Amino acid sequence: MAHTTTLLEIKDLKKTFSIATGLFARPLTLTALEDINFTIRQGETLGIVGESGCGKSTLGRCILQLLSPDEGQVLWLGQDLTKLPAEEMRQRRQDLQIIFQDPLASLNPRMTVGEIIADPLRTLRPELNKTERRARVLKTMESVGLLPEMINRYPHEFSGGQAQRIGIARALITEPKLIVCDEPVSALDVSIQAQILNLLSELKDEFGLTLIFISHNLSVVRHVSDRILVLYLGRIVELASGDEIYDDPKHPYTRALLTAVPIPDPRLARARNIDALKGEIPSPINPPSGCTFRTRCRFAKPYCAEQRPPLERLENDRLVACHRWREIEVPQEAVLGV
Amino acid sequence: MAGITGKDAVLTEYAHRLETLDAPKGRSLTQDAIRRLVRNKAAVLSVFVVGFIIIFAFAGPYFLPWTYDKIDWSGIRKPPNFEAGHYAGTDQNGRDMLARIMQGTQMSLIVAGVATLVSVIIGVIYGAVAGYFGGRVDAVMMRFVDIMYALPYILFVIILVVIFGRNPVLLFVGIGFLEWLTMARIVRGQTMSIKQREFVEAAKAGGAKPWTIIFRHIVPNLTGPVVIYATLTVPEIILTESFLSYLGLGVQEPQTSLGTLISFGAPVAETLPWMLIGPAVVLVSLLLCLTYIGDGLRDALDPKDR
Amino acid sequence: MTEVLKVEDMSVTFELHDSEVQAMREMNFSLAEGETLAVVGESGSGKSQAFLAIMGLLAKNGRAGGRVMMGDVDLLALDSRQLDRYRGKDIAMIFQDPMTSLNPTLKVKTQLSEVLVKHRGFNQQDAVTTSIEMLERVGIPEPVKRANAYPHELSGGMRQRVMIAMALLCQPKILIADEPTTALDVTVQAQMLDLFKSLTEDFGTSLVLITHDLGVVAGVADRMMVMYGGRVVEKGVTDDLFYDPRHPYTLGLLHSTPHIAKRAVRLDPIQGLPPSLENLPKGCAFHPRCAFAFDRCLVERPPLRDVGDGRQKACFYEGPLAYGEVA
Repeated sequence: MAHTTTLLEIKDLKKTFSIATGLFARPLTLTALEDINFTIRQGETLGIVGESGCGKSTLGRCILQLLSPDEGQVLWLGQDLTKLPAEEMRQRRQDLQIIFQDPLASLNPRMTVGEIIADPLRTLRPELNKTERRARVLKTMESVGLLPEMINRYPHEFSGGQAQRIGIARALITEPKLIVCDEPVSALDVSIQAQILNLLSELKDEFGLTLIFISHNLSVVRHVSDRILVLYLGRIVELASGDEIYDDPKHPYTRALLTAVPIPDPRLARARNIDALKGEIPSPINPPSGCTFRTRCRFAKPYCAEQRPPLERLENDRLVACHRWREIEVPQEAVLGV
Repeated sequence: MAGITGKDAVLTEYAHRLETLDAPKGRSLTQDAIRRLVRNKAAVLSVFVVGFIIIFAFAGPYFLPWTYDKIDWSGIRKPPNFEAGHYAGTDQNGRDMLARIMQGTQMSLIVAGVATLVSVIIGVIYGAVAGYFGGRVDAVMMRFVDIMYALPYILFVIILVVIFGRNPVLLFVGIGFLEWLTMARIVRGQTMSIKQREFVEAAKAGGAKPWTIIFRHIVPNLTGPVVIYATLTVPEIILTESFLSYLGLGVQEPQTSLGTLISFGAPVAETLPWMLIGPAVVLVSLLLCLTYIGDGLRDALDPKDR
Repeated sequence: MTEVLKVEDMSVTFELHDSEVQAMREMNFSLAEGETLAVVGESGSGKSQAFLAIMGLLAKNGRAGGRVMMGDVDLLALDSRQLDRYRGKDIAMIFQDPMTSLNPTLKVKTQLSEVLVKHRGFNQQDAVTTSIEMLERVGIPEPVKRANAYPHELSGGMRQRVMIAMALLCQPKILIADEPTTALDVTVQAQMLDLFKSLTEDFGTSLVLITHDLGVVAGVADRMMVMYGGRVVEKGVTDDLFYDPRHPYTLGLLHSTPHIAKRAVRLDPIQGLPPSLENLPKGCAFHPRCAFAFDRCLVERPPLRDVGDGRQKACFYEGPLAYGEVA
């Protein structure tokens, strides 16, 4: 599918947090995201994958301005969201929505399903009257597979999967163009996960949505995404199409992720030559110098510690940040390690 | 979204569906809590007792032959005398004790009710605003609370009395103005934890403005602690009012309150025990029952049991 | 192969205010030395309850029935004090969230050495030395430094390893791991699974791995047991269940799991929702969601039957099980 119009462009995004240390000590700075540069095209699903501390959830929130980036630009249809006055940004929210990880926590326990789903409409489309709002709520509930009779029920009366459908309905009600899905299925049982993933795929086609799909599960991300962005400790490590990531990963971390991904296939699992990545993810407060991945990288050389690898652009709009990507040989089957 | 954007026919269809939709009411958290509360026998009994006391205080006087201020010259300082209609005896001025107990209970209940209401309204709004906006706003607002806390309470009340005289209305307002401080602190703490919850973030993502978030999302989720604290404050207020009245700063004659009755009854308890027993029993029952109800509410609203 | 654990007709029931709920029933299996058995199920399948019961960790309103034979001792028949002699020593359990399983106010070395002093009669000094050796064996770098730290100073992966170290100190024959890697990053998970493999191969420990992740199962389990609605619905050698599932639920789980090497156009999820244990459907608990259900399934509950090659299934359907793309 040719995705041509650029909807969102992120330029040089940086986000830091201040961590208090003691009564008199200076607070530490945690760099959650740095040097983030990429674009999202209309109609595509961009998967963002990474482990703890990679900043993927923070990135999702910075895009929606639920957190304010320290530096950089978030260009939505050419307009920089970081510079917009609050009232205008509020209006933009009709186009930019979010689905959260914990379905029950993201629903106000004291509001009925109908009220929850209608909430964004009340705020952003005040010209609609009560009947019009309800009509839309019912229609959206139907789209996400919720029985309309459920409209007066409360969140705690639902299972995780149904609660997530409510969250999805709420995100859809303002007819957005882009939805950030922040680990939307991680808290759900496997059989329900599959239902919700299929639902998202259907809704995307039906309403022409563009999705940003954030998850730590590479199998799920590969299943839903057109392109995949891999983050490590707040930086982009690689950006490529799903097939390219799978067949021809350029960054050692991407390869490590592929070999570590559990495969529900015993023969393949046994045939794998997994060279499990050693060590732990370093603390984001005190990241290693130069390339932050070097402490765990099999291919690290002394110069990796001295200079941070620049984010290079390859053909097909691929991005890689590694000093040695040209020299590293990719195994025939990256996921198997052979 | 096909059909939603302006297609009248589809909208009418859905509007029609609304009328014919049989959507059952859900089971709200409040209903769940009430169900749990009902299982607590002590709390239910207490509710009945308090209910009885309220009916006693407000409807009782209509059944009595004597009013609280009428003097019976033939029966001064008399023990309970059913024939004369003095079911609880008379006081030193010949006024019927039962009627006075009823009136006193009325007064104490009204004071407690109004003062609680005032403290809840002010405390919740103040605390929610401080908790939600945080930062400097919060710092300034809470410092003010801290300062108010440090002021000697009695001094403040005395100043109020000196300026405005011994007006019972003043009493309600004055006590309420002092009770809101703790409520504000509690609400602020709760607000700070609630605002971290994901549904608040979801509301922001839906474009909600801060005041909308405070009143539509945060305050309704405060009901638990607020209700519990309010129920436990009522006994405190009654005691405070009793104390103030005992000191002579509260209600004026011929009106009375439980505290005033006790203050008159205590010195003569040996010779005229009926002057103390009646009001004391009512006061103690009220306080005990309210405490049980408060405890019951706390258990009922604790989600652990789910 | 020596049998280290034999569970016979085990059940777990909970008493609520006005009713009883059976969380799990009719569980039968045996565990051999050095074997890894995966127990697979979603929420409400009862998979954790069985093992909490074996370890004597059920909630106060829970009761376990049946027999759990470890050698010639029935673990379920023991009271708490008697169970203490075996718990932590011959049979140990690790949980999903290591933060809540470790005491945040005690240093790591204290918690570890405590186990040795209590169960194996070590003196304090030897206990600490052995503890540090164990930390190294489970792959913790700079073990001395870590031993002197508090749990909250360690990362999730480290804490999980500390839990494993603690469980291994007494060289248990059986280790029960309840969702041990769910909360971990995938690269750390891979290290943990490697560790489990070496445990069974080098130490001869038998491992029961409770999980909902079929990818993890495929990587480490010799045999697997699938649970639904509080019962075992299929049991057998891992490969057999993956390539030739005999129960529709197993098939459904396989089709719901994204396979990174097979980017199918659609996952084939199982319709409907998992059942509530208080209100199980009549007949086969899975029938409302089963694509192969027929009349018998609605009224009769299928017993768990042998179907040869060490396989068992609880299903009346005998035809071919396949829809869409088969694994």
